[in-house]
Amino acid sequence: MDGKARVKRYSALQILKQGLSGHSGWQPAWRDASPKPAYDVIIIGGGGHGLASAYYLASIHGITNVAVLEKGWIGGGNSGRNTTIVRSNYSMEGNTAFYEHSLKLWEGLSQELNYNVMFSQRGHLNLFFTPAQRDALARRYNTMRLNGIDGEFLSREQVEKMVPHLNFSEEARFPIMGGFFQPRAGTARHDAVNWGYARAASALGVDIIQNCEVTGFIHQAGQIVGVETSRGEIRAEKTGLAVAGSTSLLAKMAGLGKLPIESHKLQAFVSEPIKPFLDTVVVYSAYHGHFYISQSDKGGMVFGGDLDGHNSYAQRGNLPIYNNVAGCAMNVMPSLGRVKVLRQWAGIMDMSMDGSPFITKTDIGGLYLNAGWCYGGFKAIPGSGWCFAHTIAHDSPHEINSLLTLDRFKIGRQIDESGHGPFPKSH
Amino acid sequence: MLRIDCPFCGPRNHDEFTYLEDGSVKMPALANSNKNAWYEAVFLRENPRGAHIEDWHHTQGCRMVLRVKRDTLTHKITSVVPAHPEYKKMLASRDKPVRPSGKKSAGARAK
Amino acid sequence: MGGYRLKNGGLINRDKPVSFSFNGRKLNGFEGDSIAAALLANNVQQVGRSFKYHRLRGVMSAGPEEGGALFNVNDGAKRIANVKGTMAELRPQMQVYAQNAYPGIRFDIGAINSLFAPFLSAGFYYKTFMGPMRSTSFWMFCERFIRKAAGLGTASREPDPDSYDIAYGFCDVLVVGAGPSGLHAAAELAEQGRKVILVEQDFEAGGSYLSSGRPEDLALRDQLIRRLKTAGGQLMLRSTAFGLYDGLVTGVIERLTDHITDPDPHCPREITHILHPRHVVLATGASERGLAFGNNDRPGVMLAGALRSYACRYGVMAGGSAVLATCHDGTYEDAIMLAGLGMEITLIDARNRKSRQYQAASAAGITVLNGKVPVNVAGSSAVAGIEVADIDEKGVVDKVTTLIGCEVVGISGGYSPVIHLPSHRGIKPRWEASIQAFVTGQTSENIHVIGAADGVFEASACIDHARQLCAKMMGKKPKKQIRRGIPGGQRPLFEIQIEGRKLKSFIDPQHDVTSEDIRQAHREGFVSVEHMKRYTTLGMATDQGRVGNILGLAVMAQAQGLAVGSSGVTTFRPPFTPVSIGALAARERGADWRPVRRTPMHYEHLAAGAVMTDAGAWKRAWYYPKQGETIDDAYIREAATTRQNVAMVDVSTLGKIAVQGPDATEFLNRIYVNPFAKLAIGKARYGIMLRDDGMVLDDGTTWRLAEDDYFMTTTTAQAAPVMQFLEELLQRRWTDLKVHISSVTDQWAGMAVAGPYAREVLSAQFPSEGWSDAAFPFMGVREITFAQEGRDIICRVARISFSGERAFEIYVSADKGAALWSSLASHIKEGGGCLYGMEALGALRIEKGHVTAAELDGRVTLEDAGFGKMASKTKPFIGSVLRQRPHLIFENRPQLVGIFPKDRTGRFSAGAILCHPDQVSGFGEGWVTAVTHSPALGHWIGLGFISGGAEAWQNKTVMVADPVRDNFVEAEIVSPHMFDPQGGRQHG
Repeated sequence: MDGKARVKRYSALQILKQGLSGHSGWQPAWRDASPKPAYDVIIIGGGGHGLASAYYLASIHGITNVAVLEKGWIGGGNSGRNTTIVRSNYSMEGNTAFYEHSLKLWEGLSQELNYNVMFSQRGHLNLFFTPAQRDALARRYNTMRLNGIDGEFLSREQVEKMVPHLNFSEEARFPIMGGFFQPRAGTARHDAVNWGYARAASALGVDIIQNCEVTGFIHQAGQIVGVETSRGEIRAEKTGLAVAGSTSLLAKMAGLGKLPIESHKLQAFVSEPIKPFLDTVVVYSAYHGHFYISQSDKGGMVFGGDLDGHNSYAQRGNLPIYNNVAGCAMNVMPSLGRVKVLRQWAGIMDMSMDGSPFITKTDIGGLYLNAGWCYGGFKAIPGSGWCFAHTIAHDSPHEINSLLTLDRFKIGRQIDESGHGPFPKSH
Repeated sequence: MLRIDCPFCGPRNHDEFTYLEDGSVKMPALANSNKNAWYEAVFLRENPRGAHIEDWHHTQGCRMVLRVKRDTLTHKITSVVPAHPEYKKMLASRDKPVRPSGKKSAGARAK
Repeated sequence: MGGYRLKNGGLINRDKPVSFSFNGRKLNGFEGDSIAAALLANNVQQVGRSFKYHRLRGVMSAGPEEGGALFNVNDGAKRIANVKGTMAELRPQMQVYAQNAYPGIRFDIGAINSLFAPFLSAGFYYKTFMGPMRSTSFWMFCERFIRKAAGLGTASREPDPDSYDIAYGFCDVLVVGAGPSGLHAAAELAEQGRKVILVEQDFEAGGSYLSSGRPEDLALRDQLIRRLKTAGGQLMLRSTAFGLYDGLVTGVIERLTDHITDPDPHCPREITHILHPRHVVLATGASERGLAFGNNDRPGVMLAGALRSYACRYGVMAGGSAVLATCHDGTYEDAIMLAGLGMEITLIDARNRKSRQYQAASAAGITVLNGKVPVNVAGSSAVAGIEVADIDEKGVVDKVTTLIGCEVVGISGGYSPVIHLPSHRGIKPRWEASIQAFVTGQTSENIHVIGAADGVFEASACIDHARQLCAKMMGKKPKKQIRRGIPGGQRPLFEIQIEGRKLKSFIDPQHDVTSEDIRQAHREGFVSVEHMKRYTTLGMATDQGRVGNILGLAVMAQAQGLAVGSSGVTTFRPPFTPVSIGALAARERGADWRPVRRTPMHYEHLAAGAVMTDAGAWKRAWYYPKQGETIDDAYIREAATTRQNVAMVDVSTLGKIAVQGPDATEFLNRIYVNPFAKLAIGKARYGIMLRDDGMVLDDGTTWRLAEDDYFMTTTTAQAAPVMQFLEELLQRRWTDLKVHISSVTDQWAGMAVAGPYAREVLSAQFPSEGWSDAAFPFMGVREITFAQEGRDIICRVARISFSGERAFEIYVSADKGAALWSSLASHIKEGGGCLYGMEALGALRIEKGHVTAAELDGRVTLEDAGFGKMASKTKPFIGSVLRQRPHLIFENRPQLVGIFPKDRTGRFSAGAILCHPDQVSGFGEGWVTAVTHSPALGHWIGLGFISGGAEAWQNKTVMVADPVRDNFVEAEIVSPHMFDPQGGRQHG
């Protein structure tokens, strides 16, 4: 069963060889495993977070007898339907170090996984329009700098030099005053991250089991010792939950009770491919709107904005957000008017009560939780997997994720970057 | 687009309303000083996939807080009533507003 | 012979020639042509290059499934990328450019990719370009070139000069698609009294009637349109239903000007219609699908039905001779029609048995060859002929091929119903074996799919289907079963492979996805439909999978050894066809985006030379510069004048809420942390409210006007949230309280007159009132009148102060605001006072340590902000329990402080971090929220939060670290009440 020895490295040479032989020698990127009766660790959820967790359990902690259980196909949730932005511009203790750790992992991820995840550090430009926004962002980027994270202040003129076709008109409803820039931030290819982790984890012996829905948990003496699935009973001493979007459902099944999480839908849009138009990620979050945009390597403008604003488990959006997001787009980049939206879709976010995630042990023995990713899940994948693997392997969180606990609301230690308070739709 | 049938204004698009929060949450009485009771009410959510009771504010209409039963998977709305019981009574006793109903004969509306 | 225009026939207007240009070359067409039709008529065969290999592309279809004829249209700011030439109407002086070809179509540098095609297979990018080091630099170096090669059209970087609009519509029935089924259903339902809207994406109604070549079909079409209109129905052309949403709300884009050379500049380019139908009838038809075989992407390979469309609708023959390759009877009709118009046709039919139409075809002079399939297209830049081979019953293709010379190839693998819109609603498609395609599954919503969109391909059956739906909607039972499928049936045919020959056979010609790519995806385990799509990019091109979806599924199913259709299909996402971002934004542009809120004194500020600033949607006076003054000069002068003399500021933007009713006092007592139960009538009180979680929500003053009547003010930023929260409390939580609240923000203009001489100004304005400290003490409230045009206008005045000076806030009916402001301003001017704006307001409040949103950022407790003592210990209030959570009552939490630069000439900025001088790293000890030059103190000062508060930092130095602006300043921490801490000045 151990696929370790048989996995061919990807390289230009390999492509050359395969190209000359009609690509007939490629092997499955990951083994399509069938469930064994027992594992050391079960990870529920074959998204980026679950796959990364399994990979780091195997690669760092030497725990290779691991199963990743996926209800459908791997990467089918939010890790395959986001706007692919990677950044670490967080200012609250609990977040800052975590997201920076994740960004650092991103920087070496393609080589580590031997899979090009196309992480392109094209920079992340955060615009501001008023002195109050400038001051709030200055605090954030100063905090980053003091924590060893890159961040720069840009005047209006510097922003204009960087992206000349933003709206610098005198008539702009909210004139751009300047921006804050994180050069090491950027975008990555979302599917590649899932597949890269799956391939690398599988090569280390992890079983990736698709079409395997968890239908129940096996309790023994107050502990969780395994799961019931659509493909039979699977036992393990430790079970990790990484199912953002459906966390409340699985948590309830496991007996965790109610969580500080609501499921909300977030829409995303991609335009038809156009020739290079935008080199960096441009975002803003202001009184008048919330918007982010970048251009994919294929040429599509990838963009989005606010949540639809009501609880939902349906991966479909509604029209008011189209209007809202397109309005935000037109006002900051008015040349987009004639660019056409090719596709719109929606994902289900685990919106937490303070906008920050959970990577934590739970009150139930043998059960670990990775959830509450709100908007920020994609960029967190490497860091999240790394921390979750540590937490599971050591039965104790790493310092980096020690504040990302469920009980932080009980003790009053919310990690509320936006200051909106316990209103999940506002984060 | 969710269509919310406001008992006062009639059916409207959901962008006229503001989603407030889970309507099934019962807030402790103000005088209740039990921290845990408040913690649970303020921070913990059932978050069901399926039938959900939720409160919407008709921000750009009558400004009534409405208790809506909606399925979070299909988005189908099955009931909309005022959250305030007195409003509910008042509206029940007033004349129904004239608005087209799907059951009227087609001929009646053809002009 | 090439492509040419027939002498007569077609729906084009031959009296209206249209001249246009393609890549700068002048060409002619006619009104009623699509771009693609006009190009074919001019025998332009190569129209662009593909996405990955930059292979030559010709016109492939006559509809939205087009993957070849994609153009840049127009120059300059009006440039549009990726215009489907098969859908776009030709107009005079239209400038059309090929895409993805540099320097030109025939010689394109990017075509070098073709040489590397053997290596650029599915997943290529994932496997290389990683580089040797743990870094992204090698990839980013390569990516620059990849990005240049990718993309299709070029977008303008100039602001879109056009306008767009949005419209809301309501109807009983929305019919999508004005083909035979849609027209019949729409006309009949309208006649039954339903309010019907029929939308059609094309610029002509008729659907398949337009290309049938039968005049009687057009007559029938005209009659149906007349019936629809007579019965009050509405027909919208150039209108695409792009998405179907909750509640059956449908988004429709109507294109108004792209087909007009000089449109009225006031006319929007496009309108987004948001339609609210009770029923949606989907008569969206079916799109023909191709076949996968060698070099099936060469210019000149088209869908068989498209050849007919061009001939019958536009009078354009794509070539003199054609081989049509099919597996069903539908193509026979196309062939007979084309033969009748003069095309020399060989029809190869994969079925071994002779079709019912065989005789008719032979009679039309068509050579019909049964049991044969296309294998490979000969020719490179255009079709020279096609190799065909025998296929047996099991699908095995003979190795021996025959070359048939021809100019164009027409292919057909059957028809796939257009099921995108129901898919948007989450209705799962169902595989229908009789048509080898997916149809819409069951739904409980009022969505009805009819005609070809439901797999009903026979014309008369479509009409029956439409009628049956109308009957059903009138409550009648359906009479007979409507038969799906092509009369005469079809042989399932998807990919034609020939043993021993490696030919590029394209599944998705736009993204250059070949059948080999799909097999490779299978080998590598990307077998689920979504993985296949993402790994190969099949179905992600601008045709949104119309061309390749089913072919791709079939190739994958074969590789897996499964039946076609058993794997399901990827979900179609909106929009149905690409929709411009401008249209979706509609009116949300410029000043209409977030409509400006102006205070009643807005124009007085402008007249006084104010520079305005944004505060949410509001415009507020920022400062009033005198000639030559900078912002700093102006606000320092304004603030100093306030402290020394008197000045006035517009405070109309504060939220104002009337709180009335017998339980108003109890209500206020519950929402404010401090006691409100005993506030005397005619008095105001400063109050703070918390959120349920114990964090500060807002602050403001509330005035008691009468026993049961209060006037509450909120901050500008929190006005709407506070109002909503109070409504929520009354309607959800405290339904027993008899309180009525209404927002009166817009009803009252507000102005604050502040300064040692404020009393004199008020006396001059309201001489009959008493303004002494005794008559009008601090926190006093009264209603007085102000005479204007012979009428007494009521003003509400309170002696409250945000600036720390003796000050009065005066509120007057909004329409009288400007008059009172002007009058007060002239009294102020007489005494040597001035007007002050937001910046000076900021300076004054920072000196006093008064908080605003900069401090109350939603993460601050009462104690943090220095209000701990205000909280009542005897009553519960909102937030009183959760504010006691352990982490919120740590003594060492950051608390509000004042900040002085050690060297008083020093300067620092808001957003800087307060650090211990020995440890300028990490999260520091606190942060700076606001900074100003203090005219009263003569140096820069700041407000901020620091662990432990001012006492803990007494006589200690902190470092104000602002690395993003490269400014590090030593500072000392002081009480936040930096000026007049005893408040002697405001109390008088």
